[in-house]
Amino acid sequence: MTTIPQQRRTLTTTTGAAYSRIWGVGGYRPERVVTNEEICEHIDSSDQWIRERSGIITRRFAAADETVVDMAAAAANEALRSAGLTASQISTVIVATVTHPYQTPGAAPIVAERIGANAAVAFDISAACAGYCHGIALANDMVRGGSAEFVLVIGVEKLSDFTDKTDRGSAFIFGDGAGASIVGPADVPGIGPTVWGSDGSKWKTISQRNSWIEVRDGDIDWPAITMEGPEVFRWAVTAMAPIAQAALDQAGIKAEDLDAFIPHQANMRIIDALVKKLKLPDHVAVARDIAETGNTSAASIPLATQRMLDSGEAPHGGLALQIGFGAGLVYAAQVVVLP
Amino acid sequence: MATLTEQTILEGLAEIVNEETGLDTASVQFDKSFTDDLDIDSLSMMTIVVNAEEKFGVRIPDDEVKNLKTVRDAVSFIAGAQV
Repeated sequence: MTTIPQQRRTLTTTTGAAYSRIWGVGGYRPERVVTNEEICEHIDSSDQWIRERSGIITRRFAAADETVVDMAAAAANEALRSAGLTASQISTVIVATVTHPYQTPGAAPIVAERIGANAAVAFDISAACAGYCHGIALANDMVRGGSAEFVLVIGVEKLSDFTDKTDRGSAFIFGDGAGASIVGPADVPGIGPTVWGSDGSKWKTISQRNSWIEVRDGDIDWPAITMEGPEVFRWAVTAMAPIAQAALDQAGIKAEDLDAFIPHQANMRIIDALVKKLKLPDHVAVARDIAETGNTSAASIPLATQRMLDSGEAPHGGLALQIGFGAGLVYAAQVVVLP
Repeated sequence: MATLTEQTILEGLAEIVNEETGLDTASVQFDKSFTDDLDIDSLSMMTIVVNAEEKFGVRIPDDEVKNLKTVRDAVSFIAGAQV
């Protein structure tokens, strides 16, 4: 048996900031507006049907040559301007996406290089529509743990590349876009505890149709993302309200203290159901960016946040409850102070 | 919970349907189809199912929901699922 010497140096480790906060937020919305009428060129549906089921009136689609990296970099530059920081101050770039069309490498190192955050720690996370809230949780822990000073968290999707335009159950839901936040040190708490988790038993309810191996070996069409709409709806309205409430409870915040509720923009009827279940008072502004942006998965929460701040719907410095939930199934919720 | 009669379940279900859709409770009758007669879409149906589970203390699995075509189907399932 080997032994450890009695007298030996102990490890040196890092200590981080006492607290963290979101310093700035930015968004990028592709130019092309896609109406429900255009969606209905490929599915047997109508503008009215889509509005009633989802609350979506229009969504944006990126140009054919516009990539996840392009959109992420545009949103990142907006977030830097909003935070009053330069790219050289960013020590970590986290990209949350499920539509970067390379198995490897991830998008984050390319985004870091593109914006000038050279040599930053850079990696992607796959947590679908909950990706942004996962990123905020990681960034908060990194800043407070001392492994980063300023973390750029980007949620970005080009879902139009992974949508089956003829699938009546999902073609009208998805849109493209990017949203970004910068998390950095703070003297007072700016990000509450994250309540997060998963339920892998329901992984097939939102999924790429086939694995890449099945596509390679079989006579299979492009493996678009499909969704069991009613089952996902049921999970979202029953399981996510207690998660959102737990995020409030763990932060020591009551619903009446909130200025804004910014859930993942999955479907207007899920948003309405969550507002009802959480018994949010009327003065709490509710993000409804989905009407004009569609469901942009990881990008939806920062895009909705940016819209609410720019329009004055939510105040700078206000308290917001945000919750992401989606494919996995995975979820994450936290209370944040808006930048 | 004491076992409820089918008539009591129908009345409770009608209240749930009314709350979700605004339909008159009197229009929720045994022979009505949720989609064809009551014009209830798949998401409203899920909300009704979730609220019925809570009200009647039963579990209605996802796979079962698609079999609940008529009000009678739902009332019979809830009656049978009571313990």
